[in-house]
Amino acid sequence: MTRVETVATTAEAARILSDGAAYLGGGTMLMRAVNAGTAPPRLVRTADPVLRAVSARGDTVTVGAGVTMARILAEPQLDFLHPVARAVGSPQIRNMATVGGNLFAPHPYGDFAVALLALGARARMAGAGGTRPLDDLLRDRDRPGGLVEAVEIPRPPARAFRFHKVSRVKPRGVSVISIAVLAPSPGGKLAGVRVAYGAMGPTPLRAAAVERVLEGGRLDQAARERAVAVAAEGLDPPTDALASGWYRGEVAGVHLGRLLARMEEGR
Amino acid sequence: MTKIPVTLTHNGAERAAFADPGQNLLDFIRRGLGDLSPKYGCGQGSCGACTVTIDGETRLACLTLAETVEGCDVRTAAGLGQGATLDPLQQAFMDHFAAQCGYCTPGMLVSARALLDRNPNPTREEVVEAISGNLCRCTGYDPIIDAILSLAGRKASA
Repeated sequence: MTRVETVATTAEAARILSDGAAYLGGGTMLMRAVNAGTAPPRLVRTADPVLRAVSARGDTVTVGAGVTMARILAEPQLDFLHPVARAVGSPQIRNMATVGGNLFAPHPYGDFAVALLALGARARMAGAGGTRPLDDLLRDRDRPGGLVEAVEIPRPPARAFRFHKVSRVKPRGVSVISIAVLAPSPGGKLAGVRVAYGAMGPTPLRAAAVERVLEGGRLDQAARERAVAVAAEGLDPPTDALASGWYRGEVAGVHLGRLLARMEEGR
Repeated sequence: MTKIPVTLTHNGAERAAFADPGQNLLDFIRRGLGDLSPKYGCGQGSCGACTVTIDGETRLACLTLAETVEGCDVRTAAGLGQGATLDPLQQAFMDHFAAQCGYCTPGMLVSARALLDRNPNPTREEVVEAISGNLCRCTGYDPIIDAILSLAGRKASA
């Protein structure tokens, strides 16, 4: 039988997590396991207000891990994340699902984490846990080593960030692939390019080969063709009910190419 | 097994009942409060048959832990009408044949009511988006969308 402990602070919750409990956030993933009788016996939750806070300092926006997708959509300062939040789940799910939970959503979920990965966000851990780049957190997210309390998101330069989700069912369906591209070009040359995929591996991951061919150049047709050619290089996309790994590998370049073309035209 | 006391507002009435540890809100509303309007479909957040509003926002009761609604305002399809007096939305569903087997209907009504309360004059696209979390396997959706659109531009019900 599931027992839920409610504690006052994220630090206390983190301590209980380290004793083998699971964290109950918006419930959209963990409650499925509770209903199926497969959840861990001990769950912990907290209403610590730090989880609901959204604040901006300089070019960094800090978003509490308990902030919902619906709340993201209601925040004008997070407009660059609106197309991403809109792509997650149904209206009911968006009223429940949280930013923190999305970091741990198994394939094929986790589109919001894809965008955060491309943006170079960092996870702030509860207590004295410090911050970790999402690249690290996602790599060993089965053992996060604490509780994510907030994410620190660098605001992208205007028109330098794009997200696209491909799903078979519209307006709402899970990802065949999702793609997020951060492509700043200070002084006309691309610098600090980050490209992330969802549903192309067990976790959201970076497309290192694509980043390499784009970095230092211009966003033009030649660069786009080079990027498309290496779109799935080094990746082993999963097979599921929506698409085979082979199919995902074949179409990754098509969708990446379209996204880059729209970016180039400023559409 | 320790029971957890939960007090809440249910369709405008103060209620109190005991929840089991790990019990979801859908089960609590149906068994604890005796309101059978929200339906159990998938139990994993895919179908929307259990849609209710909590403090005015649509949520999935099957994915909500019952004990977390302490002090909240919970509304279900059963709270839409007053006895024999139907909510205009319920009447519109009848007039447009928007229910066939009826299993999705309570969830559809809650999603649609929340949309019209927030946006009394929605476009067809906005209606489709608002009910995108509610699966219907009978109607093909068009009668439901037409029913909701027939109220667009009308004053929201009290």
